[in-house]
Amino acid sequence: MKIAVCIKQVPDTTDVKINPETNTLIREGVQSITNPFDEFAVEEALLTKEKYGGEVHVVTMGPPQAIEVLKNALAVGADKVYLVSDRAFAGADTLATAYTLAKTIEMVGGVDLVICGKQAIDGDTAQVGPGIATRLGIPQLTYVSKVREIDLANKKIVVERMLEDGREVVQSTLPALITVVKDINEPRLPSLLGIKKAAKAQIPTLTVKDIPVDENRIGLKGSPTWVMKVFSPEARGGGEILKGELTEVVPLLVKKLMDSKFIK
Amino acid sequence: MAKLLIDKDTCTGCESCIPACPFGALSMKEGIAVVDEKCTFCGACVDVCPVSAITLEKEEKAVTIDTGAYKDVWVFIEHEHGKVASVSFELLGEGRKLADVLGCKLCGMIFGEKVDDFIKEAVAYGAERVYVTESPVLKQYRADPYACAAVNLIRKYKPEIVLFGATTQGRDFAGTVATTLEVGLTADCTGLDIDPETKYLRQTRPAFGGNIMATILDYPNYRPQMSTVRPKVFPMPPRDDSRKGEVIRESLPMKEEQVRTKVLEFIKGTETVNLVDAEIIVSGGRGLGNAENFKVIRELAEVLGAAVGASRATVDAGWISYEHQVGQTGRTVRPKIYIACGISGAIQHQAGMRTSDIIVAINKDPEAPIFKITTYGIVGDLFTVVPMLAQEFKKRLGL
Repeated sequence: MKIAVCIKQVPDTTDVKINPETNTLIREGVQSITNPFDEFAVEEALLTKEKYGGEVHVVTMGPPQAIEVLKNALAVGADKVYLVSDRAFAGADTLATAYTLAKTIEMVGGVDLVICGKQAIDGDTAQVGPGIATRLGIPQLTYVSKVREIDLANKKIVVERMLEDGREVVQSTLPALITVVKDINEPRLPSLLGIKKAAKAQIPTLTVKDIPVDENRIGLKGSPTWVMKVFSPEARGGGEILKGELTEVVPLLVKKLMDSKFIK
Repeated sequence: MAKLLIDKDTCTGCESCIPACPFGALSMKEGIAVVDEKCTFCGACVDVCPVSAITLEKEEKAVTIDTGAYKDVWVFIEHEHGKVASVSFELLGEGRKLADVLGCKLCGMIFGEKVDDFIKEAVAYGAERVYVTESPVLKQYRADPYACAAVNLIRKYKPEIVLFGATTQGRDFAGTVATTLEVGLTADCTGLDIDPETKYLRQTRPAFGGNIMATILDYPNYRPQMSTVRPKVFPMPPRDDSRKGEVIRESLPMKEEQVRTKVLEFIKGTETVNLVDAEIIVSGGRGLGNAENFKVIRELAEVLGAAVGASRATVDAGWISYEHQVGQTGRTVRPKIYIACGISGAIQHQAGMRTSDIIVAINKDPEAPIFKITTYGIVGDLFTVVPMLAQEFKKRLGL
């Protein structure tokens, strides 16, 4: 079976901090990483391939240096990778991003299963997965914590979706798109051979000329939303450290919490 | 194509813009700022430049639709297992304010098999009109038939704003509806208001794990404006069962055979309280040392009728299941009280809980980052403090 995985390069938000004096982001030394949820997506594709046979195609859209996340995907075992990169794609919101990725997947062709991470940790929208599925006209299964069964002959997939209060078991026709949560697997580490292979790989860049897109639907031009302003959240200062003997401090804390009226 | 322009003559080389860029796209070259291809045109640098040397040139978009044809504020009334999600009522409360500013109606949108009770509730919480599609196909939420029903209604009645809860269901659903309609959708908003001049919806949301906030607008040639909104951000409006509302019904233009998915089973979670709905959460971290010690957390949670949360470290160590994980790669929660026990408070954990009303931390290490965001902190051994807290609460609550 042919599996397509969409991944994203994101700034490691562990490192993103606010300078309390200037109220601006401190970006010095901020590393770029593969979006954590996308590592589970790549792993699930590899596991699926190992079980059912097939190929794993990994797509990313981003600036030229996003090639790094594709090298990581190659190093763990992806068969083919695609870097979608062009200034014309820049400034895309979720609608334009999903459109561009869907067009790329169509170009890859014959895909039975698309796998995305639940959401990216920079934007946290969780909208691109459903957006791609809708553009491709295939069903979506979001928040998947387990793929129970794939029946290629009958074009069916059964998964467990993680909801707020339990798990929903859903069956869908194939081709389909799934978005995965962390619980689904444990991503493998690349082998030394894999890393060497990835380092040598020639990764072609797909530009706006290579993908059959409607130029009114991509980049900033194809984005219905725009960022009016960006600002620091209200600082949540450290509050009160209750000091003293525990026999006094504990009842004091309990009193303060009872006074909040939130405990019934 | 859009461009970020830096006026070489005006730029003083002060470097104020460099750290303001969330994408690291700005750098200094020969004493002036330059932008590279990492720029996403977010505009964060424009406001911080003290000499206004940076401008963002956006393409003028021709308004191709009759925006005046779009009116009213709609709220998607979400329900699961026979119960309306409280975020839907919170949104009716907030939607009321938006509708009052715009001078339009507040409406609900409900899908299901038999939804008369939900219609009554939506009206009681403020909907003046409720759009309804009933069908056995809509009994349980599934993206296919729900999106079909919503797109059908939205195309016909043209709301100006549509709000959804940023729940699992709401996010799955809204993404499909917005893509089908080819309109904007802003995820997980924590603030909504109307621009006094343009009357456009201003949608404010956290990004980068809550490290920055962004206010997002929709270009006027895309309507309706749609957002998913984080649960528990807005208060529940008062309920008034004497209110009357108009009901408009439309049939579902989809048959069961056209739906590509089937819900086979629902496996209820083992915990009695789910994290997203919980008013109080007691969370355990690495300081617990092993799986068995979670009983200390569970005991306090039980006394308070709270849900049990966990840090990533404890989930990765296999001490507790993933459903409990709070933080960037787990759930985002917003309880009234969050009690962090033995959690150091890495930025990823904070991303999932920092908007809680009251944060309490119990940690041995006075330098733990969690203390920087707590309302009340106790520096001490959780194995001593947490059981004492449970005892004291029992006493106060008469248990």
